[in-house]
Amino acid sequence: MTTLTDPPKESFRLSMLLNDTRYRSLTLQAIAALLLALAIAYLGNNLIQNLRAAGLNISYDFLGNPSNYDINQTLIDYSSRSSHLRAAVVGILNTLLVAFLACLTATIFGVIAGVLRLSPNWLVRKLMAVYVEIFRNIPVLIWIIIIFTLMTASMPAPSAFRGDDPASTMLLGAFAFTNRGVYIPAPVWGAGSLVVLGVFVLSVIGAFIYRRYATKLLYDTGRLLPMLWPSLAILLLPSILVYFILGSPIGLEYPELRGFNFGGGIKIGAPLIALWFALSIYTGAFIAENVRAGILSVSKGQTEAAAALGLRPGRIMNLVVLPQALRVIIPPLISQYLNITKNSSLAIAVGYADVTATLGGITLNQTGRAIECVLLLMLFYLTISLLISAFMNVYNNATKLKER
Amino acid sequence: MNKSAIFGALTVAGLAAGAAGAATLDDVKARGTLNCGVTTGLIGFAAPDANGEWKGFDVAVCRAVAAAVLGDATAVEFVPTTGKTRFTALASGEIDMLARNTTWTFSRDVDLKFDFIGVNYYDGQGFMVPKALGVSSAKDLDGATVCIQTGTTTELNLADFFRVNNISYEPVPIETNAEAQQQYLAGACDVYTTDASGLAATRAAFENPGDHVLLPEIVSKEPLGPLVRHGDNEWGDVVRWTLNALISAEELGVSSANVNEMASSTTNPEIARLLGTEGTLGEMLGLDADWAKRAIESQGNYGEIFATNIGEDTPIGLARGLNAQWTDGGLLYSPPFR
Repeated sequence: MTTLTDPPKESFRLSMLLNDTRYRSLTLQAIAALLLALAIAYLGNNLIQNLRAAGLNISYDFLGNPSNYDINQTLIDYSSRSSHLRAAVVGILNTLLVAFLACLTATIFGVIAGVLRLSPNWLVRKLMAVYVEIFRNIPVLIWIIIIFTLMTASMPAPSAFRGDDPASTMLLGAFAFTNRGVYIPAPVWGAGSLVVLGVFVLSVIGAFIYRRYATKLLYDTGRLLPMLWPSLAILLLPSILVYFILGSPIGLEYPELRGFNFGGGIKIGAPLIALWFALSIYTGAFIAENVRAGILSVSKGQTEAAAALGLRPGRIMNLVVLPQALRVIIPPLISQYLNITKNSSLAIAVGYADVTATLGGITLNQTGRAIECVLLLMLFYLTISLLISAFMNVYNNATKLKER
Repeated sequence: MNKSAIFGALTVAGLAAGAAGAATLDDVKARGTLNCGVTTGLIGFAAPDANGEWKGFDVAVCRAVAAAVLGDATAVEFVPTTGKTRFTALASGEIDMLARNTTWTFSRDVDLKFDFIGVNYYDGQGFMVPKALGVSSAKDLDGATVCIQTGTTTELNLADFFRVNNISYEPVPIETNAEAQQQYLAGACDVYTTDASGLAATRAAFENPGDHVLLPEIVSKEPLGPLVRHGDNEWGDVVRWTLNALISAEELGVSSANVNEMASSTTNPEIARLLGTEGTLGEMLGLDADWAKRAIESQGNYGEIFATNIGEDTPIGLARGLNAQWTDGGLLYSPPFR
């Protein structure tokens, strides 16, 4: 006869922390976290003691003091009497500007090169392979310097535009390409220009609505409305009409020689162009490889099936292959956008006033507050990288394969 | 370059104060070489020659200190530093001293915790423009594009000068003198501004120096001198008095040619104390009696160093000006060796 015994009571002994697989991983992680905290505390303590021994302290008071230096490209008002904090903000905006522009163009370059690298045309395919291999395998700093040097060495100085018989002339009388940058006409906002702008914004919305309607019609009835010319017409015609009805309220200010340089117009500085272009073509080569991988990941059967339906190659790429390839392309694309943002810190090589050049360069040097400045820089790059990552992941989730 | 700043900052974090209290003199003696921070290359002041050997006015100070401390003027490890990296290099202990046409300012001395041990060149900020521009005064530079080494006092003076005179300019920040020269010659900037001595040195390296003029305005005081970390006074004394020995030697008529003869035959007690045949000045410094004699013998006195590196007979062609001995109407004045 069997006797029933009570089930063994759950008891916890200290040795189970190591012997029991349920707890072991937790124990090890706790120990690791403790050691890490100790190491950080030791380093931090060491830093503070060393600073104190050297008679230095950590203080962010310098951010409020006048910076005393000038910056060559500022998106907001800035003078040498502004504070170091404002100089840092100027730098941050410049960083964001070049990162945004470079992300945009790198994507365009990358998608075109990636698609063309799979082209059936031997010459095009090989040309793109050469582009990708050359740009991917040479450090981006070198590209930045090469492009900047080419610009300063090959383009004429503003003085070449001077005199009765100048060595160089402006393109169409409106664009001047010099070794200090490109000067383009700047818009002059007259009375009524707001109305024109408003109409333009409305037309953009209108164009979107039209395209959405056309897509819906296509899905519902299978009738395909023309897309390109009606969108363009909606986009441009109303604005142009209003522009002339109101008597051309928006004018153009042309750059002209004034003193040592061109005055008037908008100047796109050579450092910005060099940095922007170098980051774009360099990262574009990486994105091209991502795009190629994405396209290759789509089964060839998809292309053949689409072709069997009678779609032309351009449509097959846009409607069938690329949407599926996006799932593979986007995750590494996020990394490339982060790379662009971080690589923009190489700006100082060409004298572009990004945040590394203002806060991490001149401010750091003039105040000697190296630790404070570097901590701030780290905080900025970390924040911006996490933000980009977060936004791109939202997009990634939207394009991800939806499993039902 | 930006990496070096960050790296420097980390080094400060890790090392700075380990080095702050330590006796640099003992470290240098134990190591057998002097780590001396110099510029990345400015002909006349500090630049490697065709044989890769560092030569120049600032280099001579490094070598004189090495000769005094280690008895060997070649026992110097030259560490090229940019305007941005120089202070972190010194603060972190990467270099024992900085001899790199660095301006002595209040905040560098007090806030950055360095000790300037003297002035080896009295300078002022000037402007260089191409002759073809037809500019005769810095006040005509309204709207000009100006190349400027970033992280320097000249950067701050420039902003002040244009602001005070109510004219505008566009700065082109660059890292080293070589880059500035390239940009300036390519016409990417109209004006190059730095210390007048640096301009003269840069212009001397041009293919056609005559095509460029230095404008008459000197817009700042730039006392350039070597510096060491604050808090190690023994080491500071060694460097300070080595420089003073070079200056005093000129005043007292001691040169590299006659220093040995002077040491044995002089009747002037100050020369005798300087050269270690009388008194115990070397011992007080923690060195031997011949320290100053070695420095003078290897590098020459201040006047000789000036003449061979940047003087009027060199391509750089600087006149003594303010840098003449006080007895000749200049500012050079060494405290007495007593």
